[in-house]
Amino acid sequence: MTESIGLPRAGTPARSRKALRNIPFPAIVGMVLLIVPAFVAIFAPWIMPHDPAAIDPSRALIPPLPFEGSDPAYLLGTDNLGRDMLSRLIDGSRISLLVGVLGVVLAGTIGLAAGLLAGYYGRFVDAAIMRLVDALLAIPGILLILVILGVVKPGLTTLVVVLGLTNWVVYARQIRAEVLEIRERLFVEAAKNFGVSHTRILLRHITPNVMPTFIVLSTLSVATIIITESSLSFLGLGVQPPDVSWGLMLTSGRDYITNAWWLSTLPGLAIAGTVLGILLLGDWLRDTLDPRLGV
Amino acid sequence: MGYYVGRRLLEVVPTLFLIVTIVFFLVYIVGDPVALMLGENATPERIAAIRDAMGLDDPLPVQYWHYIVSAVTGDFGDSYQYHEPALAIVLERLPATLMLAVGSIVLALVIAIPMGVWAAMHRGGAVDHLVSSISVVAKAVPTFWLGIMLIMLFSVNLGWLPVSGSGTWAHLALPMITLGTGTAAEITRLVRSSMVEILGQDYIRTAYGKGLRESFVVFKHGFSNAFIPVASITVLQFSALLGGALVTESVFAWPGLGQLLVKAVTQRDMPIVQAAVFVVAVMVIGLSILSDISFKLVDRRINLD
Repeated sequence: MTESIGLPRAGTPARSRKALRNIPFPAIVGMVLLIVPAFVAIFAPWIMPHDPAAIDPSRALIPPLPFEGSDPAYLLGTDNLGRDMLSRLIDGSRISLLVGVLGVVLAGTIGLAAGLLAGYYGRFVDAAIMRLVDALLAIPGILLILVILGVVKPGLTTLVVVLGLTNWVVYARQIRAEVLEIRERLFVEAAKNFGVSHTRILLRHITPNVMPTFIVLSTLSVATIIITESSLSFLGLGVQPPDVSWGLMLTSGRDYITNAWWLSTLPGLAIAGTVLGILLLGDWLRDTLDPRLGV
Repeated sequence: MGYYVGRRLLEVVPTLFLIVTIVFFLVYIVGDPVALMLGENATPERIAAIRDAMGLDDPLPVQYWHYIVSAVTGDFGDSYQYHEPALAIVLERLPATLMLAVGSIVLALVIAIPMGVWAAMHRGGAVDHLVSSISVVAKAVPTFWLGIMLIMLFSVNLGWLPVSGSGTWAHLALPMITLGTGTAAEITRLVRSSMVEILGQDYIRTAYGKGLRESFVVFKHGFSNAFIPVASITVLQFSALLGGALVTESVFAWPGLGQLLVKAVTQRDMPIVQAAVFVVAVMVIGLSILSDISFKLVDRRINLD
């Protein structure tokens, strides 16, 4: 890893185009795993076969299709209140993915700004930001989130803010390290000598160079945030009913593991499938854009 | 060496101070401790009386000072639910969580080291692809869901292991597997990549050239050099693992910190939450210092400055 630091950066346009032409198999699997929930989330209102909130005890706990007692009208069965599982999974994809994306936007923005400032200005700014980063790293993210949720009312906005505020640290560390190296390069030196302002150097000359790292970190963060959201919702501290998320669906499923496996199995598969897609795509992006991040 | 240990210990102080400060601001500025304590039906008179008794009408710096002084002495106040010192309650629950965490790490290492080495020895082959696929899938599966699936399979359908609770080794098995899987995946990837790098070096070829047995070369010459990076990542994983333990405990009703904490958050029992954050932070920081020092003792090439 250390050996390649002095080499010219990979990820030039020519190299990227070549890499795009022979996308490895895992990356294709990743794309498929990701395109399906993304498509479903965008077109949810038009493809939901039933109203995801419609309760009907008379058709509670119908199993999914190939199993005994299933009903073709309810492809993936119904839950304990008779709500259609497929429609709820489709509806839940919206919140699960939205929280993931918004959380990353927030975490990425804070982390990018913190990393750029710490790396570029150094000295006091760097010391202050990195101390905060160290402190936050000493607490497991979910523990910090629990502290915040102890004092703020849970809900969708809270969830996004909390996930953003606890996930920026990874960006800050990695981007700072990159900036430390980039700011010593000749083109930055040249820009300084031309009298270009610090803000402009940061935004026009340094930021584009940390973008590959930023993109790779973002894919990993989406995965982390989607899993954290589902864990929090599962604990009853994340998404609140009547909103639906995959994590929340699992909570009610837990009470029915003895007689209705699909209640907890299906939402978990949805989460795991989506996250797997993101990870596979992330691995490929890392290898293509920024080989220095991994082996 | 002594200088280094002293400096690292000194560095802990501002970090801990910052953590305590962050928690102070969250509880006292973002939230209102009295409102948290009394709930929504309290009368204004009662709120005023409690505010006065707790010193909440003092200027902010004064409150902050009192808070820091109590935190330094380990006094986070009494739990609102149990009416006992919060720190004592947290410390009482700690061993169960540590047992789970340490068990999971051991399990993860036992699985990850052979898998990673095996994959590295067959780099690019079927074994390598299989190990990589398994580890990426293991990383994608949410911990708590894996727990529920394991309960469904081993407890409900096969009836081999208890559904939840604690007390015997059988109770520990499922939570340990649940928590250890993600960590195992992470460590496997790391062992593989370090071993790939090491096995490509000249001295390994020389060792083979001398006619040494493959297993001897791989483990004695190869893995002993991968040990330090693997161990340091394992230590880094500990913080994430504790986070995972909080969720896993809720799935299995394991009587550790996690259960205590989730209940404290829903009941808004902030002294417990504050004490738990403090204890966990001290543990994570302490472990990282301890590991840095022991790696230095094991490998003299590591430069501590």
